[in-house]
Amino acid sequence: MVIAAARAATPSPDAVRAALASVHDPEIPTVSIVDLGLVHDVRVGSDRIAVELLPTFVACPALEVIRSTVVDALAVFDRPVDVSFTFAVPWSTDRLTPDGAAGLRKAGIAPPAEPSAVRCPFCDSGRVAMDNLFGPALCRSLFYCRDCRQPFEAFKPI
Amino acid sequence: MSDATIRPDPPIAMDFAGAGDGRTNALALLLLSMADDEFVIGFSDSEWTGIGPILEEDVAISSIAQDELGHAQALYMLLAELLHDGRDADAIAYDRPPEGYLHARLLDHARGDWAATIVRRYLYDTADAARLEALVDSSHQPLAELVAKIRREERYHLMHVETWLERLAQAPGEPRDRLLAALHVMGPDAGTVLAPLPGEPALVRHGITTEASASIEARWRAGVAATFKRLGLPDLPATHDPDRARSDHSPAFRALHAEFTMVRRSEVGATW
Repeated sequence: MVIAAARAATPSPDAVRAALASVHDPEIPTVSIVDLGLVHDVRVGSDRIAVELLPTFVACPALEVIRSTVVDALAVFDRPVDVSFTFAVPWSTDRLTPDGAAGLRKAGIAPPAEPSAVRCPFCDSGRVAMDNLFGPALCRSLFYCRDCRQPFEAFKPI
Repeated sequence: MSDATIRPDPPIAMDFAGAGDGRTNALALLLLSMADDEFVIGFSDSEWTGIGPILEEDVAISSIAQDELGHAQALYMLLAELLHDGRDADAIAYDRPPEGYLHARLLDHARGDWAATIVRRYLYDTADAARLEALVDSSHQPLAELVAKIRREERYHLMHVETWLERLAQAPGEPRDRLLAALHVMGPDAGTVLAPLPGEPALVRHGITTEASASIEARWRAGVAATFKRLGLPDLPATHDPDRARSDHSPAFRALHAEFTMVRRSEVGATW
């Protein structure tokens, strides 16, 4: 049938990862889930694509949104996509790429660091103070910059 | 979930009365006990959202409560995979009568004032940390993986609650008096979190936990005793009625249960 003929050839895992780079954290539009280090595994079978993701925090409420965005982004490959979340390795701060750190700063969020090493994402000052270990999202703390006088969020080191 | 998979009446009950030596039963009992602990303290502490003593704490306790509910959900999911009987995490979390919950008696107390919340969080978080440490190398791989993840988050909860315990203990007058009053009420129930489960021999034999509960409890008590001594707080009493640590739930819990099942009961079978 024509439909079968039109079906794309089996994509490489790298092609799938490249497509995943277009998926962003719903709350942080400047960082892809690849740069955030959420992608644990990509497997491409003859008729399916399986993607395993690592939640940053167990209770992260963005997971279902990320799941459906991944399915949409991989629709181009024209085969069913299974997205699952795993704790096989715990997501940790060191999974963030340099591009991911830059993307966080662009969104006004300091990349994860021990509290004494946090720098203001707006003016890069180190004269900052932690206001609250807990912030508006599970993964973030609240800081204040004494130089540019901006409150800002910092990704929690974990 | 479709209507067909839910039987509204009677509510689904979990009966682990027979849990003894079998690996699956013992594991299920452990998962359910831990999940119920996290679920009940998470829901109970979420009552502070909007009425925290200061805005900073409103944010903090809400965030901590959300973490705990997430841990409960993940544990209920492990249990659902293990039982494999059609119940999902939500069904296990919400569709039981109050007497079917297996949380420790420490979590049966009403939320109380801020000092009571801090005392309970401190006692529970430290006991839970001791329990989790014995599960890091669990033979049940999905549990070991989840525990590794949870411990990274609980580190923040411990930092938070230890700061508050010190703050209240070192403030003479009303703050310290309220702290002492809460300790007096909850102290005898603190050890219920670590009281041995009916499936304990199987948990140890199968390597699901790598430490017997008596040893976990001794380790936990030593840590608490050192902190309490430093803060001039009275020693923790022995556990009251440890054989019934997770049964006979209080009227306060029944009221809480009525509340957290209210929405689910309001439209049985609905997809939210």
